[in-house]
Amino acid sequence: MMDDNKQFKPLKLYFTVEQGDFIRAGEASSKIKKVLSQLGFPGSLIRRVAIAAYEAEMNIVIHSWGGELEAEIGPEHVTIVARDRGPGISDIALAMEEGYSTAPDKVREMGFGAGMGLPNIQNCATEFIIESGEGRGTVLRILIAVKE
Amino acid sequence: MLLRDICDWLQGEVLTGREKMGMEVQGVCASDLMSHVLANAGEKVLLITGLNNLQVVRTAEMSDIEAIIFVQNKRPAPEVLELAEEKHLLTILTPYSMFTTCGILFKNGLRCGLDDGR
Ligand SMILES: Nc1ncnc2c1ncn2[C@@H]1O[C@H](COP(=O)(O)OP(=O)(O)OP(=O)(O)O)[C@@H](O)[C@H]1O
Ligand SMILES: [Mg+2]
Repeated sequence: MMDDNKQFKPLKLYFTVEQGDFIRAGEASSKIKKVLSQLGFPGSLIRRVAIAAYEAEMNIVIHSWGGELEAEIGPEHVTIVARDRGPGISDIALAMEEGYSTAPDKVREMGFGAGMGLPNIQNCATEFIIESGEGRGTVLRILIAVKE
Repeated sequence: MLLRDICDWLQGEVLTGREKMGMEVQGVCASDLMSHVLANAGEKVLLITGLNNLQVVRTAEMSDIEAIIFVQNKRPAPEVLELAEEKHLLTILTPYSMFTTCGILFKNGLRCGLDDGR
């Protein structure tokens, strides 16, 4: 696939993500990962996309009232957009700090709440934008370049 | 290090993915924090954890980890094992605690599998 980039049509995948659904949590990211493998992308790229998508998906499940995950797959880059209905992040700089977390105990017992998800997405991404604020939804735009 | 030998040292019970017993791992990631695993796991690592939920399997899947040790006989629920089977993960149950499990593997020459190697 990588050899005939020109024939490669960008592909869009779309998934809804429910609040508090720890059974299906991760399914969207898993499907994105599978499609990337089938398209023959390099392993390191697939891993970065999968990790970023999964952290974003878990944040929707844990911290939001529900939302959606979108993947746009092109020959040069993969873009993940995670969108939710709220409650939003009032202090984005604080949320981006490693170790900052508002996750409840129940979620911590499941292995989340280290406050590392957003910094982790930042590390995986070539470009990362968070749009949020109190009383509105959060949108993450994560672009990961195939060549890095 | 061969997963088959690791399983023997830990008196492990293979739960899923027996076909991977002949695979090699290069290091160990021992953690109960999934974001820590996602952020730091190196290549060809074995995950040792005291958790046993679906997210452990998801985390392994995203991080390209192919083998998981569940310590202290914390047997995962059937739906967790089903997902592990579907993802072709080798999962092993050991009676030992996290501390003892890590001690046994360290004594046998396994080392830290985090990106920084510490
Ligand atoms: N989609 C979201 N909606 C509302 N708040 C969010 C959202 N995503 C993150 N946050 C806030 O930002 C904090 C930091 O997020 P981050 O993903 O870095 O850590 P965490 O989810 O708490 O723990 P970890 O990701 O390590 O399991 C969260 O605890 C939460 O307060
Ligand atoms: Mg998070």
